[in-house]
Formats: sequence, structure tokens, C-alpha cells
Amino acid sequence: MATIAAEPRADRRRAAFVRSAAARIGMLVLVLAVLWGFWEGYRWLWIREGWTWPFVVDSTTMPHIHDILAALFRKPTSGTGDILLVQLLHATWFTAKEALVGFALGATFGFLLGVALSEWRLLQRGLLPYVVSSQTVPILAVAPIVVVYLGSLHVAPWFSVAVIASYLTFFPVTINTLRGLQSTDRRALELMRSYAAGRVSVLWKLRIPAALPYIFSALKVSATASIVGAIIGEAPSSIQEGLGGFIVNFNQYYSLNPENLWATNLMAALLGIAFFVAVVIVETIVVRRAPENVA
Amino acid sequence: MSVVEIKDVGKTFEGGTTALEGIELAIGEREFVSLIGPSGCGKSTLLRIVGDLIRPTAGTVRVNGKPAPQARADRDYGIVFQDAVLYDWRTVARNISLPLELARWNRRRRTGRVQEMLRLVELGGFESHYPWQLSGGMQQRVSIARALSFDPALLLMDEPFGALDEMTRERMNLELLRIWEASGSTIVFVTHSIAEAVFLSTRVVVMSPRPGRISDVIEIDLQQPRTAATREEPRFFELVTRVREALHLGSDLDRKLAAPAAEAQP
Amino acid sequence: MTTAPVAVQPIPRGTLAGRVGRRALDWVPALVVLVLVFLIWQESIAVFHIKKFLAPQPTAIASTFWTNRHELISAGWFTFQEALGGFAIGCGLALVVALVLARWRGVGRALMPYMIAANAIPIIAFAPIMNAWFDPFSKGSKMAIAAVLCFFPVLVNTLRGLTSVRPQSIELMRSYAAGELETFRRVRIPTALPFIFTSLKIATVLAMIGAIVGEYFGGAFTALGVLIDSRSTTFQFKEAWAGIGVACAYGIAFYLALALLERLTLRGVPSTDD
Repeated sequence: MATIAAEPRADRRRAAFVRSAAARIGMLVLVLAVLWGFWEGYRWLWIREGWTWPFVVDSTTMPHIHDILAALFRKPTSGTGDILLVQLLHATWFTAKEALVGFALGATFGFLLGVALSEWRLLQRGLLPYVVSSQTVPILAVAPIVVVYLGSLHVAPWFSVAVIASYLTFFPVTINTLRGLQSTDRRALELMRSYAAGRVSVLWKLRIPAALPYIFSALKVSATASIVGAIIGEAPSSIQEGLGGFIVNFNQYYSLNPENLWATNLMAALLGIAFFVAVVIVETIVVRRAPENVA
Repeated sequence: MSVVEIKDVGKTFEGGTTALEGIELAIGEREFVSLIGPSGCGKSTLLRIVGDLIRPTAGTVRVNGKPAPQARADRDYGIVFQDAVLYDWRTVARNISLPLELARWNRRRRTGRVQEMLRLVELGGFESHYPWQLSGGMQQRVSIARALSFDPALLLMDEPFGALDEMTRERMNLELLRIWEASGSTIVFVTHSIAEAVFLSTRVVVMSPRPGRISDVIEIDLQQPRTAATREEPRFFELVTRVREALHLGSDLDRKLAAPAAEAQP
Repeated sequence: MTTAPVAVQPIPRGTLAGRVGRRALDWVPALVVLVLVFLIWQESIAVFHIKKFLAPQPTAIASTFWTNRHELISAGWFTFQEALGGFAIGCGLALVVALVLARWRGVGRALMPYMIAANAIPIIAFAPIMNAWFDPFSKGSKMAIAAVLCFFPVLVNTLRGLTSVRPQSIELMRSYAAGELETFRRVRIPTALPFIFTSLKIATVLAMIGAIVGEYFGGAFTALGVLIDSRSTTFQFKEAWAGIGVACAYGIAFYLALALLERLTLRGVPSTDD
């Protein structure tokens, strides 16, 4: 329990902050170095010993890390156009746009559905099994059909991909919203009852704020899911501008330029982490909770 | 007119447990009534029935002359639980103003009242703190301020100081008496502590379990206003002893334990 | 609350048949929805002339499924084996690593942010690389991507479960002079079980996605993902939809199997999910 009585002095707090930040950066460098060492060490050992299990190691299957980084600054083999990094940044932005719109659509729909399911038990009985089984639909297989169908309604292809992304996004939000709304503290509900508060007031002033930590932990999962949805929505739909298109493309020339695919995946990974961090930042602003209660 | 009027109230839970049976009690204006009894005597259940948080299976409850559900709808009482039940995501000030928001007070009136309440519970300057930044005693004071904020005629308190340490608890007791004086409300107070019940109340209602019944009602004729010195008066100890004996008489187990000892005496 | 129970759990009463009947009644709304959806789907296509090749009528899909049932079910089984293998490898490894990190909590705590970050990576993007590492026509390449997909969510959730034990429970075990192994067996693992099952249920879905996406980037012709992809690129949408239906059926069965296992393992503990 932090009491205000013993407020630490500002300079002491700043020193502690600097120290913990330094420790974190040190840890990050250490982890990256260990990962790099692992990769290169594994490569070196497997190639030297000629081991082929679980897979053959060579410059195609496991390119050098520095080669992957160097590939980012290489011009395309045709000799014209931007270096790979610039192309990838464009693709990342394109996919990020799809994912962001899909995330917004999916999170909104997922939240509203969660609220509806918690408010009407009959609806919950009728729909919840399908909400769960909806996620077993292989969205990759449905994606081209969705893009073609929405295309016939004159919807832009990137928006169709956003719709596909929203399909993967809504599920965690619905489930956690429902769980959060149903796990409201019993006495907090009694308090609202003692005020003769209406259903809307209870929802708005108690249940939803109390469910926010649950909702945010779902949004963190959904942030990544929206990017997964965007990438696997682009891949089979012949959309070339995004990361999914790049992955399909570079996959075809993998034996020639394996670094390109790795570099693309690196960007995808960074995009995923960026989305996640963005949600975490919004969470710390929105959810003012006791530090130990933050899951 | 009685503020609370309980007539032949009984409560049997689903599954057959009888929590309360034949409860008769009338509580007048400006009274401070404590409900005391061992675990399972139904004192919290009775408090919740008065607040219409649960419905009795027999009998009637009237608050301010109205049926309990109507009184709840009219926001005639405030309630304080054992835990402060503050909303983590609201500041102290916004926690206190919660019932006012629900009663659709405008912002200016709310701010004025919250300031008044913060002064009453001596938490001025803490309005923008979050609950988790306060100590247990301070949290409970916020909870009392919230219960009193809309000026209810009746204050229901369910072991409000049960989770606090003895010293904080005694200070909170004095504080509560001051607030009771200042606000002029009627208080129904559930507690485990005999000393607390005697020190605070004008009347102590002793309950016994299985099924929950009222086994005794003891008038507390200690002088008002009470101070820390009241706890050292001989009359205080007499009354504590009376309540303790009433509690033990109400308990089957104690009756059995006491019986052979009583026979042995000449 | 130390006084009378304020809310008593209703004791289940009535005969076994009555209880079964009531449980069956719980499913009525779900059935009604199912029937309604199929009816609307069937009729709206007829009424609004939605392009038949995109969303064929359920009856058409069903009859296509029936004519191709042997091929579809065995293709589904092939893919399901990949998903199951990946699930077993990924979840097994994740559980072991989580136990190790929970034993040496300092390391676990230091690495937690990185595991969370890894969890935020769209790992599915690595599916083509798995096809380059392993023979794309083997089951191994799909198991690999499914395993990687399952690994991080199970790891993060299990570690969270193993370390979210109430301090008093640990102190109690200390007071019994119980060793680390005993503490794991009696306290940490039981506490973590609901977390573990929640993540395992998620992992079933991820394993199926991994297998099918892996197949999209190249796989055996006997695999369901390849079958759906080749049918939909040749505009045989009825066949594609039948394949999608089979994939769903395997996915749901997989999920339900885990939910059943959870129910049997955690008797009396409420499910943390749905």
C-alpha cells in the first residue's frame, strides 16, 4: 500500500528512474546479443559438423544476421527503385493501415457484442458457441472469397483485408469483455443497488470501468491478431502493396534472396510489437489502477 | 414515527437454510442501533433486508414509513460495507460524488457537496487521490462520506471497521460519533465487537444464531456526547458485561457449557 | 463476510434425467440460431441472387461434401495430424520452459517482457520460412509453424499462472518445510492449471491456423489447406466451402476435446473461459 505521507523526493525518484531505465536498456542489449550469438553459433556448429537434423543449415535456411540487415539497404536486383528498407516501410504502412482499421472495427464490434451477450442471457446462450467456433474457420481460405465478394460491392481491396483482420480481432475482445462484465465485485453491485441505480448506470458507471483491465488485456492480443489478419488476408488476395504481398513474393524467390523474406518478417515483427506497445501506452493512460492490480 | 420498522421478518434461503425468523424491531429518529451476534446469526442479512438488497421471505420492512423497495428507490439510506468498496478508477472526490451523479445533481452542486463531505470526514486535500493511495482508515472515511453525501435519513453500516486495527478503529469510532452528531442521521450498525457496540450505540440488539433471532435488546444509557474517557467509566464496563452475558445466553453451545458449572454452584 | 451467507449457492436438485433435460434446454437457443442462420443463408441467396459461386447454398455445400466426403475427411485428417503434432511439440516445450522459468524466477522475471514481445509478433509470417527449413511436402514443416504459434501464448500464460500464487500459500508450504518440488506439485501447478487450460484452448485454434497457412505456402496435395486453396483459385467454390466446413469441424472437435479435458481435470474450478 503506497501512502502519500512518504512521498519520495523528486530528485531521488528521478535517479531511480534513470537507474531502472539503464538496467532495462542493458538487458535489451544483452538479450539481443545472446539471440545473435545463438543464431550465429548454431549456424557455425551445424555447418562445421555437417548436421542435418532437424534441418540443413546453410546460407539459404539461416542467412547471417548482418546479411539480413545489409539486405535492407540494397537496391532491387533490377537496379531501379528504392532500397528494400524504403519499400518495406511503405508496405508496413499499408499493412498497418489495414490492421488499424480492422482493429478499430473488430474491437468496437467485439466490445458491443460482449456487452450485449452479458446483458441478455438468452443471446449469450444462442450466440456464444458460434463466437467460439467462428475462430476455427480458416480465415486464410475464406479471405479471397471475402475480397472478391466485397470487391463486387465496389469496396477497396485494402478495406476488405481490414474486414478480414477485424474477424480475428473481435473474438478476444468479446470473450474478455463478457468475462470482465460478469466478474464485477458483488458488493460494488450491492452499492449500486442501494442507490437504486438503473441498468444503464450500473453498466456505464460500474461494470464497464471494472471490466477495463480485462478488455485491455484482450486488446493487447487483438493488436497482434489484427496484423496477422491483415497479412494472411493480403497473401491469397493478390494484394501486392502490403507485407503479406511481399511475403508471398519473396517466398517465391527465397532460394535466390532469402535475406529479403527475413527482412520482411523482421518488419512484420516490429510492426506487431509497435501495435502492442501502442495499446499498452493507451492502457496506462486510460486505466488508472493500483499498480499491483495491473495484470 | 420510526425510521425503520421491522415486522415479523423471516428469511429462508434457497436450499432451506433459515437465516432469520420472527424479527421485530423499531428504530426511532436519531437512534444509533447496533446489531451484534456471533457468526451466522443473520445480522448482515437483516441489514441487507432493511436496505432492500435482499428480499425477506416473510414479514414487512418499512423505512421512513415506506416499504423498503420504495425507500431504496427514493434513496432514503446510505450504506457502508466492511471493505470500503471504492471504485479504483475514480478519484476520492468522484467516488463521493457517485450517488450524486446517479441522483442527477448538477456539477456545481456536486462539487460543493463533495467539499463539504471531505471536510466532515477530515480528508480535505485528498480529493484527487485514488483510493489505492490511501490507508485503510482513510478509505473507510471516504466510504462514509459517500454514504452521507446525499443526506440520507438512515445510515446502514455493515461491520465498517472490522478490517481496521484496534487503534484506528477506536479513532474511527469517535469520528463516527462526531459525524452522527453533525449529520443528525439514524444509524444501524452491524458489529462483532461488544466494546464497539456499547461505546457507539443508544441501543444494542443482541442476536443469536440457528435460526437468527433477536435474543435481547439493551438500552445504553451512557452520557452523550461520548469521549475517549467513556471507555473507562464503570458504567461502560457494566454494560459491556451485560451485552456479553446476553450473547452467551443466546448461544446454545454456551448454555450447554455453562449449565454444569451453574449446577455446581450452591 | 463472517455472518450468515448472503447468497447461498443453489443446491442442484432433481433427478438425473431432469438435470440432463435442463442442460439440453440450455442448448435450445443455440440450435434456434443455427437453424435460422441456415434458413436465411439458403433463402437470401435464392431471393437476392447473391453470386452463387461466392456463397453457395448450404444444401449445395452439403451435397458437395457428401460426394467428396472420403477425400475431404482424409485431407482434413492429414491437416489435423499436422496441427496435433505441432500442438504437442509447441505446448510441451512451452510447459517445460515455463516450469524452468518459474523455478528460477529471477530469470523468468527478467525475460518476461521479451516473451510478451515475442507473443506480439505475427509469427504466422514465418510460415514460408518453415517450408524452406523443412520439406514443404512433409508434415514436419507444418508442425513446426504450428508449434511456434502455440509456444508463446502457452509459455506466457503458464508462467503467469505458476507465479500468481498467493504469498500466504507459499508461506504455508514453507511452514511445512516442503521442498521446491512439493511446492510446485501442491500449490503452483494446481494454481496454474486454469491458466494453462485457457492457453491450451487458444493453442488448438492457433495450431489449426498454423497448419492451414503453412499448407497455403506449399504442401502435400493430400492436405486440406492445399485442397481448399486449389479449389477456390479454380473457382470451385462449392468444393472450397465444403473444405472450409471440414476444417471448422476438425477445429471445433479439437477445441471441444481440450474443453472436455479441462472439465475433467478441473472439477469444481470454474472455467476461466466462455
